[in-house]
Amino acid sequence: MSVMKRVSLIFRAKADKALDRMEDPRETLDYSYKQQVEMLTRVRRGVADVATSRKRVELQMNSLQKEIGKRDVQARDALGKGREDLARAALQNKSQLVSQYSDLETQFANLQEQEEKLTLASQRLDAKVQSFRTRKETLKATYTAAEAQTRINEAFSGISEEMGDVGLAIQRAEDKTAQMQARAGAIDELLASGALEDHVGGGQDYIQAELDKIGAGSDVDSELARIKGEIAATAPKQIEGNGSSGAEQEAAPADQRAGDGA
Amino acid sequence: MRILGEGQFRVDDDAAAKLTALDKDLDAAVRADTGVAFTAALRAAVALVRATGVPVADDEFVTADYILPFSDATVGEVRKLLADGTIPGDSIGLP
Repeated sequence: MSVMKRVSLIFRAKADKALDRMEDPRETLDYSYKQQVEMLTRVRRGVADVATSRKRVELQMNSLQKEIGKRDVQARDALGKGREDLARAALQNKSQLVSQYSDLETQFANLQEQEEKLTLASQRLDAKVQSFRTRKETLKATYTAAEAQTRINEAFSGISEEMGDVGLAIQRAEDKTAQMQARAGAIDELLASGALEDHVGGGQDYIQAELDKIGAGSDVDSELARIKGEIAATAPKQIEGNGSSGAEQEAAPADQRAGDGA
Repeated sequence: MRILGEGQFRVDDDAAAKLTALDKDLDAAVRADTGVAFTAALRAAVALVRATGVPVADDEFVTADYILPFSDATVGEVRKLLADGTIPGDSIGLP
């Protein structure tokens, strides 16, 4: 049997069941309208929830992007210092981060799509509800007419289908948002604990610590070299002129010349 | 007819004939639980309605004779909807 027909029958059955329970058609209209207003609130809240999730994913993407940039700098730094092993570790970690990033990109696009769809659904329902409010009063005024009952049923079934549609759309969005939130929460935890940075052997802490060590080491080396150079420049003269005033006098004109040249 | 999540549309006889054929594909895919065939038929049907359908006015309250699932629905989702035969809602039939 037709899939499209079966789906429509599910919606129809729901409206019919509701109508069977209503004794006073005027009550049906008022109650339905009340439900519609509640549904509008719910769908608007749904839009806001999806937007919040989307923003959260966006923030995570920014954090990951920063981490990825950091790995690039580390890899260059490491190669510059002749530590290919560290550069390799940084790049391996980077590729893991890039894969996490592309996963987030997919989630972001998905949430954005949900948000757009829900926003449209909310606008459509809003327009329908405004029209229904007017229709409701007209129908109530003509309630004595024989065909009013039929018209009320039609209007009710029509809006009921719309509500069922929007209800399903919100439920879907909520399900998807919940899934995304669970994953986003896991990534937040990873970022916070540093586990994401460490899950490649060595990880960021190790790489950065090694680089810092090399950095500090080379500072010490250059400082040592500078001091050695100074000592080398002055020491022989001190030895030569040990206790002699002649050496000091020789040095003085040299300083004087340097000063003149500047 | 309605596309879930997108509202109601009126389609002409030509489009209706094409939709009937696509509906058969949808039915076969739902029975066989084949996602690829289902998605292809659903996309074609949704595209056809979007392209040729005339949106029903906001102040018109009618029920659709045929309802297409959400444009990105999976075969599993539709199988579940058809099997459960229910949509979310309270006791009076309104979600």
